[in-house]
Amino acid sequence: MRILISLLDGLLIGFVYGLSAMGLSLIWGVMKVINLSHGAVMALGMFFSYAAISRFHPGLALPAVAVFGMLLGLLIYGVAVHRVISAPHLSSLLATFAVNMIIIGVGTAVFSTSPRNIDYSAGTMVLGDIRLPGTRLLAAGASILVTAVLYYFLYRTRSGKAIRAVANNRMAAGLMGISPTRSLALSFSIGTGLAALAGGLVATMFPFTILSGSTYEVKSFVICVLGGLGNPLGALLGGLILGGIEGVVPTFMPVSWVPVLEFGLFILVLVLRPGGLLGEK
Amino acid sequence: MKRWYQAGFWLPVAIMLAWGAAVWAGGEDAAREKAFTLIMFVGLASSLNILLGYTGYVSFGHIVFFGLGGYMGFYLMAVCAWSLPLAALAGGVVSALIAGLLGLAVLRLRGAYFALATIGVNEAARSFVSNFEPFGGSTGMSLNFSVYQQYGGAGKALWLTFALMVAVTASAVLVSAMIKNSRFGLGLLAIREDEDAAMVMGVRTPRAKTIAYMASAFFPGVIGTLYFFKNGNVEPGDAFQLHMSIELLVMVMLGGQGTVLGPLLGAVTYQGMRGYMLTSPLFKDLHLAVAGAVLLLIVLFVPAGLVGWLRGYFPKLRRALE
Repeated sequence: MRILISLLDGLLIGFVYGLSAMGLSLIWGVMKVINLSHGAVMALGMFFSYAAISRFHPGLALPAVAVFGMLLGLLIYGVAVHRVISAPHLSSLLATFAVNMIIIGVGTAVFSTSPRNIDYSAGTMVLGDIRLPGTRLLAAGASILVTAVLYYFLYRTRSGKAIRAVANNRMAAGLMGISPTRSLALSFSIGTGLAALAGGLVATMFPFTILSGSTYEVKSFVICVLGGLGNPLGALLGGLILGGIEGVVPTFMPVSWVPVLEFGLFILVLVLRPGGLLGEK
Repeated sequence: MKRWYQAGFWLPVAIMLAWGAAVWAGGEDAAREKAFTLIMFVGLASSLNILLGYTGYVSFGHIVFFGLGGYMGFYLMAVCAWSLPLAALAGGVVSALIAGLLGLAVLRLRGAYFALATIGVNEAARSFVSNFEPFGGSTGMSLNFSVYQQYGGAGKALWLTFALMVAVTASAVLVSAMIKNSRFGLGLLAIREDEDAAMVMGVRTPRAKTIAYMASAFFPGVIGTLYFFKNGNVEPGDAFQLHMSIELLVMVMLGGQGTVLGPLLGAVTYQGMRGYMLTSPLFKDLHLAVAGAVLLLIVLFVPAGLVGWLRGYFPKLRRALE
């Protein structure tokens, strides 16, 4: 019974991990860039939701966090990513890492590194013996909703289809009259929007500092690899796997072994099935 | 290919030895401490460059070899009472062997997948060592002060560590130059340009990549042992800093990847800049942001780094700048 509760708890957090990884995965899938500023954007999302939730209803604050993340993404894309989009991997890795350093550097100076906590409770849901905090249910629900919206956007709208075409073949899409730059900028901005939103949701559950983003960023890498880089639905699955591990493992092993398992699994999957658990071998 | 009797081959090694000798002759503790850090980063950046600059494989977690080698050497000194030079050598050899084994798996990955895998290896090593009791778990290990007696006191031990660090870094730079000017190095450069074409042309890519990976892991292992011996303690947080790994990449990029002199210039420039900003009241809080902005400007506008830029503007210098 205790294991079941831990598992459920882990899976609810797993949805949020999945949401964050989806942003990373989308950016990789469309433009073959690993966004190393992901964690920093998540951290900014945490601070934005900290400021917003204390003033507005979460139903208004969280969409605002996402919009903030998307605008930030457009800025990052224009300043740092656009010039190196066709350069070797090292350039885009370092360019996005430079953005990460700038955000963390300014953030440390402005917010300091003392931990903060959002004082918001959405009640507790009781099902027999199981008690689940409302914030986790809310976060999981928001993640599922956003995933559904993202899928609708990618498969049913014109801009979404353009993004998928650019991901498939940038040059051919360009020849068909799709503007690759617009699609690339849009997908980068959606990716950072997801990161900021995931950060905002995490902030409702756990205390955070400006440096917290990097932990979740590394988790997102693990999740992306589990689910297959560039596969958003796989990212959600990977998030659930990671959340499940984090929920269940501490019930029979010291908590400090969890990262050993996570990264061991990460390397194993990367070496044996680089396409991810869902992908082709 | 540049021959061993040309200036460009010896210049970086000569700079390192002259620098070390000058500090040694000066005999001041403060100057030694400053030079120690700089020279350490030159050694680390040069060894990263063997993999990154020559084969084009971006290792984001290269510091894992600094940590693992350092832990191994430190364990031998603290628990088995080995002497420093032997322990440092053993640290390097263990690092190289681990790299050889890891390489079998991760070197099959290319581009960003390899970069991600190296981050994973570093995090896995850190979390494993934090739980590994023989290495002291999350609190790490520290040296008994009496260890310094066999070197004639703590002061002399520090000078010995410095001399070894200079020697190791000079060898790292020398090996880097030798690899670049060898047939083997030419094979690595071919892998960087186009791995499939290199394979077709007869470069045994898996073997060449593995050797390059091992060579670039050996020196961080030795340097790690020296560094933690100087500190007197070692703990997982210090040994596997992902951040330091990325700073090494910045140094290599800043100086010019794929050149022998580049990592040397890059490490000195970056560390100098960081030292200045950390102490200046204006930039104290913003040093990370300024470093990020500098990195961004380099990546966007001077991708060839300092050495590449100099070579482009002054063709006459090409003989001297390798």
